[in-house]
Amino acid sequence: MSDMMDDMEGGEGVVKKFMFVNRKAPHGTIYALEGLEVVLVSAAFDQDVSMVFADDGVYELIKGMNTKGIEVKDFSKTYRALDGYDIEKLYVEKASMDARGLTEADLIVDVTVLDSAEMANLMAEQDVVVSY
Amino acid sequence: MPMVEVAGKSFEVDEEGYLTNLADWNQDIAGYLAQEEKVEMTDSHWEVVNFLREYYEEYQIAPAVRVLTKAISKKLGADKGNNKYLYELFPYGPAKQACKIAGLPKPTGCI
Repeated sequence: MSDMMDDMEGGEGVVKKFMFVNRKAPHGTIYALEGLEVVLVSAAFDQDVSMVFADDGVYELIKGMNTKGIEVKDFSKTYRALDGYDIEKLYVEKASMDARGLTEADLIVDVTVLDSAEMANLMAEQDVVVSY
Repeated sequence: MPMVEVAGKSFEVDEEGYLTNLADWNQDIAGYLAQEEKVEMTDSHWEVVNFLREYYEEYQIAPAVRVLTKAISKKLGADKGNNKYLYELFPYGPAKQACKIAGLPKPTGCI
């Protein structure tokens, strides 16, 4: 990340802080999958991208998903590809995890758990917040 | 959706010629798709195609070319994980052409 910042000082363009907030369960609506694709595309623009998982959105990251019974694609493994796209800032909201009896060990990727106040501060720092 | 016939069996492709059903894929179909792309398959081509199929198996997406290059570099070495090498194999874009031959959907983040 610091390399990227150094590049920017050379006048390479403007880097904005983009945050994508995922609030919905993975299947049943198209939001989670489409939101993930937007993030993957955004990676091509070398912006400072982060993802937040809150409310039912934390279910998007559940490990060991099996979608055979509902005949939809299991795209949960794709969250593990984010690292290769240089999207490494993944945050989950603690209260949403607690309310659903989840811990970091239940999730398919490494995340940073933030409490509501920390999350609010992080959101306030963003240039753009997109919420699904 | 258009259908194509390969080795006596018919398969569905989309309007851009990508295989619709990933599970239909086999070597014959790869050969057919390569022919459509005017790519002569060598061991080096197969290495990339097989790499893509493994990537898809692991992450359920076809990688953007930048991500593919990096991943190949990690696994097969920097002499293969670079644009020059990959574009020599797949002149119309490694992500696009190699993904098509591998029977994968068009890469996400391919703009």
